[in-house]
Amino acid sequence: MSNVILEVRELTTKYITRFRENVYAVDHVSLKVEEGKSLGISGESGCGKSTLALSLMGYYFAPLHYTSGEIIIDGRNITGMDPDDIRKSILGTEISYIPQSAMNALNPTQKVIHFIEDVFQAHDPCKTKKEIHEFAKEAFETLGLPAEVLQRYPVELSGGMKQRTVIAVSVVLSPRVLIADEPSSALDVTSQKMVIKMLKSLMENCFIKSMIFITHELPLLYNVTDDIMVMYAGQIVEKATAKEAVFDPLHPYARGLMGSIIVPESGLRDVKLAAIPGVPPNLKNPPAGCQFSERCKYVQPECMVRSIDLREVGAGRAYRCIFSEEQLREAYKDG
Amino acid sequence: MAKIEKLCLSGSGLTKVFGFGRTRTVAVDHVDFDFHEGEVVSIVGESGSGKTTLAKMLLGLISITEGEICFQGKKRDIRTQKKKREYWKNIQAIFQDPYSSYNIFNKIDAVLLDCIRMRVGRKLPHAKKIEMMAEACSFVNLKFEELTNKYPFELSGGQMQRLMIARIFLLKPKILLADEPTSMIDACSRATILDMLMQLRDEIGMTVVFITHDIGLAYYVSDVVYIMEHGKFVESGSADDVILHPKETYTRRLIRDVPKIHEVWDLSTV
Repeated sequence: MSNVILEVRELTTKYITRFRENVYAVDHVSLKVEEGKSLGISGESGCGKSTLALSLMGYYFAPLHYTSGEIIIDGRNITGMDPDDIRKSILGTEISYIPQSAMNALNPTQKVIHFIEDVFQAHDPCKTKKEIHEFAKEAFETLGLPAEVLQRYPVELSGGMKQRTVIAVSVVLSPRVLIADEPSSALDVTSQKMVIKMLKSLMENCFIKSMIFITHELPLLYNVTDDIMVMYAGQIVEKATAKEAVFDPLHPYARGLMGSIIVPESGLRDVKLAAIPGVPPNLKNPPAGCQFSERCKYVQPECMVRSIDLREVGAGRAYRCIFSEEQLREAYKDG
Repeated sequence: MAKIEKLCLSGSGLTKVFGFGRTRTVAVDHVDFDFHEGEVVSIVGESGSGKTTLAKMLLGLISITEGEICFQGKKRDIRTQKKKREYWKNIQAIFQDPYSSYNIFNKIDAVLLDCIRMRVGRKLPHAKKIEMMAEACSFVNLKFEELTNKYPFELSGGQMQRLMIARIFLLKPKILLADEPTSMIDACSRATILDMLMQLRDEIGMTVVFITHDIGLAYYVSDVVYIMEHGKFVESGSADDVILHPKETYTRRLIRDVPKIHEVWDLSTV
């Protein structure tokens, strides 16, 4: 078994609203990312994907609060660490995070090189400017970005280029894990492909050791990551390899998601898109039983009353449903 | 299937030029098209290829530099405000960003009542209006009782986009222009929205023009596809012809760059 880089055990985090209500946006999530592997997280808007990404860093600020669970990075437990320490010794060096629409957050009055200088100033102040410049040039060239980008202002770059710059800046300290939250959702297909190519090359060039990729676009996830995790209402409902998750999903919700995939391939026009009726539950007062019970086609009376545990079915595969694997397959056969 | 049907909207030599001198930009360059009644048409292109400019010209929101648009065989006339309103009864749009499509000061009732007023006039009993609004909301799986007295920003993105479709349902236009209607919402609600649009088309028999960069979506919904590059249509034809057997290199590249699940997605070609 290869080296586990990031391990999360039963992590629960909550938002506390203005009216003192608890909203559990990440609910007992466990995951493992091994060296050289990438994990994809998918789900509807508001299912807790981005909150999970924030929680993974151990860096909490109101209204997000830590409740329980453990985060272990390369054998080092970072739960309960002081936010200041986390910022100094974890962010950037151990975990790097690219938030949604990060490319619009670049300071328009500074050159790209300044962002890299900034990173080094915070984490490695001994380095001279010349060293930083040389390092940045080399890093950019390995990543397939022209070195003259360093002397440009963000406004002079196209959207795809900006996004790639953000990614390059976030990995200069060679973090162990890179968390990319929707890095390509605002780009058109060609720039998207360039961004993905770069993300994949990061791992080959040893800039990062493993990657967590968050998006709701399943065809993209299928092509980028090794494993896929589907979230629903803060919980993991399906965990499988990319191939299994897309072609043979077990959980009814995961199956519904896969039914909404649109790709320009022959035969697609004959398939009817399977939209899932209804809306996700309001997490301020979640349903008593299975979170998905209100929208599930195969709902049983039992689903409404008791919460369902994640079932492990070997080889890292798991799903959250009261039915056994055989029962589910039988149900899907009838359509 | 659409070849025998009547022409609905057509354009010849349509051009839009922004700026002049050194900053002169030709956004749409001598574009010709024929949209037939009841067809679903997709206009596909990268960002900056002039898709949205074309849409704005079709809607009459910006002036045309050159060329003309014919609506139902006659030259379009929107020179006065009154004629423009008359034209807008026939052509309606759904835009990309549902969050900025609504007037934040108006309640949802006002949005829908506006449509009723435009369609059937002011002289309608109150009960009838409520009934029409409830019908439109139930068509898009929203509950009117829950929406009344709410503001659009209290809804989620998917719900807002569905409310937009409810508006279209009330207005029953001849043409619907959907400019990236699903790019801001997630894959799951996307299927719902597309289903509803297609249902609506069957119900009131309108022409739908999709403007999108998502070639998968274009293939799934449309009868006819136009591929746009730098303001020009480089390829057009039935969806099967264009997307499964593309001829132009630009179309090939677009299709190659979309992540697929049954075929290998070649990353080495960028």
